Amino acid sequence: MGSDPFIAGPGQARTKGSDPKVALAWAREHLFSSWGNTAVTLMIVYLLWKLMLPFLDWALVKAVWWSPDGKACRVEDSGACWALIADKHRFMLFGTYPFDAQWRPALASLIFVALYVVSAIRACWRPWLALVWLGGLAAIGVLMWGGVFGMVYVENERWGGLALTLLLATFGIAIAFPLSILLALARRSTMPVIRWLAIGYIELIRGVPLISLLFMASVMLPLFLPEGVTIDKLLRAQIAMILFAAAYLAEVVRGGLQAIPRGQYEAAQALGLSYWKMMGFIILPQALRISIPPLVNTFIGFFKDTSLVLIIGLFDLLTTVKVSLTEPKWTGFGVEAYIFASAVYFIFCFAMSRYSQALEASLGAAQSRGTNGAGKGVA
Amino acid sequence: MKAFVAVTSALALTLAALPAQAQSTLDAVKSKGFVQCGVNTGLAGFSQPDSKGEWQGLDVDLCRAVAAAVFGDAKKVRYTPLTAQQRFTALQSGEIDILARNTTWTLSRDTSLGLNFAGVNYYDGQGFMVPKKLNVKSAKQLAGATVCVQPGTTTELNLADYFRANNMTFKPVVIEKLEEVTNAYFSGRCDVYTTDVSGLVSVRKSRAQNPADHVILPEVISKEPLGPVVRHGDDKWFDIVKWSLFAMVEAEEQGLSSSNIDQMAGSNNPGVQRFVGASGELGKMLGLDDKWAFNVVKQVGNYGESFDRNLKPLGFDRGINALWTKGGLMYAPPMR
Repeated sequence: MGSDPFIAGPGQARTKGSDPKVALAWAREHLFSSWGNTAVTLMIVYLLWKLMLPFLDWALVKAVWWSPDGKACRVEDSGACWALIADKHRFMLFGTYPFDAQWRPALASLIFVALYVVSAIRACWRPWLALVWLGGLAAIGVLMWGGVFGMVYVENERWGGLALTLLLATFGIAIAFPLSILLALARRSTMPVIRWLAIGYIELIRGVPLISLLFMASVMLPLFLPEGVTIDKLLRAQIAMILFAAAYLAEVVRGGLQAIPRGQYEAAQALGLSYWKMMGFIILPQALRISIPPLVNTFIGFFKDTSLVLIIGLFDLLTTVKVSLTEPKWTGFGVEAYIFASAVYFIFCFAMSRYSQALEASLGAAQSRGTNGAGKGVA
Repeated sequence: MKAFVAVTSALALTLAALPAQAQSTLDAVKSKGFVQCGVNTGLAGFSQPDSKGEWQGLDVDLCRAVAAAVFGDAKKVRYTPLTAQQRFTALQSGEIDILARNTTWTLSRDTSLGLNFAGVNYYDGQGFMVPKKLNVKSAKQLAGATVCVQPGTTTELNLADYFRANNMTFKPVVIEKLEEVTNAYFSGRCDVYTTDVSGLVSVRKSRAQNPADHVILPEVISKEPLGPVVRHGDDKWFDIVKWSLFAMVEAEEQGLSSSNIDQMAGSNNPGVQRFVGASGELGKMLGLDDKWAFNVVKQVGNYGESFDRNLKPLGFDRGINALWTKGGLMYAPPMR
């Protein structure tokens, strides 16, 4: 998913080859090197065969692809009920958004994806990228809310599905990440009050599960607000998620900061750089680079954590999938619905993971060669 | 950052709605132009978004009825899907104007939670379902049975109470997820499945290979009157919600439906005349337009229509939810 151009970067040179002779040699060496190995290989192939055949039979051969009333799926000996996805996919992807206007969240989701892709290309890491994001997010806001250019206003209670998942994840990461850098710097600060505040915040938030934060935001917070003051449910959940993600990311960034040798700090100070210049030009670029794997790890985790808004009744992708199953004609086809949801999550998470590998490889190669990676662009 | 702008503008939007909240709920609802209704995130027949994302159900119809009464337009509703834990807070904090989320009316909720139940739109109760081949006719014959039940609700307690009160033993099979507990029952792991009768009916209809192979026993071991809820302290709004529900029941009793109310409005039956607002000032007494009840029936339908539209396709029969004239419990005080 958009990460293919990066895979062929430096450091990825070992290719298993398309030459059949090479493949055969590889197989002989790795799979059939001894009697024991051959037996294990054959056994695994047999097991896969035994497992895959019924699965394919269920998922493809006997599957029901189209049945608006769900009756065909109830027939004895029928396979997977993909008719459920055919009937409910728009609800799953866009929730209770007005049906006729669902091109708007669809377009908004595409803009999100386009923003991710643009941000993934290192040639685009220029100041104008911030403007692109600003423009993109403004366009998404206009599309989702509407009320202008002849689009009907849609209140955010009706937002849902994939668009909501992307919204929660993107705003969550986009705001939590800068916040986490500040927190990490504060935690390593020499000023005691700032350090204690940062430690207190991080330990407090990390000490409770995300679910309890969401509960606090959705159930407790409204009770503390003065009579009549209500903060939007979506906004409350979003803030809780930002606070949570920031605490975790801060520790990742701090790990990166700690890995930078003292000499780097001293050299920067010897050059007469101020604290912010030292951090901005010398320390953070290195610290963030070595933090890429754990950062992406946290991003992926966070992307999936957005599904926890299920418990506070926000209609994100997982909630819409679950709600689809409460319709009597589709109850009992949970496996199909969850396969659909996992496929969507997998596409996003796998893309993130592949991208981070490629990025690491290209940045790592630049570092080991001692050249400036930025000039090289994308392979 | 754009994010900041979005956050502040969203905050500003909610704060802008503030001054309205200081007034009565009716004035607030009128000035914002819609009824904010708390509903279940997904319960077939009661409140559930369909494939087009439109909310449908018996509880949803009640929200629409209130909107029709207040605005003359049943579409002026916004729905807030709520989980069981959130529902009362959402009402107490003023996030929603009505809670129509299959909520059981109990004394403690009515008093200590600061809520008012504006009537009952569905009388439910806990029952038992058994496979027909066991040839069980009464719950009293269930001694020693294996019972599938979901944990953490009053269902489990009622079950234990009932068996103890009747000096019987049972083996509970406690499973959290609805999906799994019904699978356990239909695969024969338990002899009996217990939950609210409404749940039994829809599970039997949707999950059983052959619905006729399973019987719901006549004993109903708990009372679960489900109804719309409003906050304490705003009697005017309480009246409006209460009478919107009564109007639906009364319409069914008078034989008024969405299809015939236009013709019936011309009849000279004094009850109908009062109902449609042609005589008397019932609307004014509620602080509404005199055609409020006409609008409810015209746009949403009477209680029977709502029941037939939402619950009948799931296999529900009226039972105790029939009109009092037909042996049920649905009864509206005189509208005069």
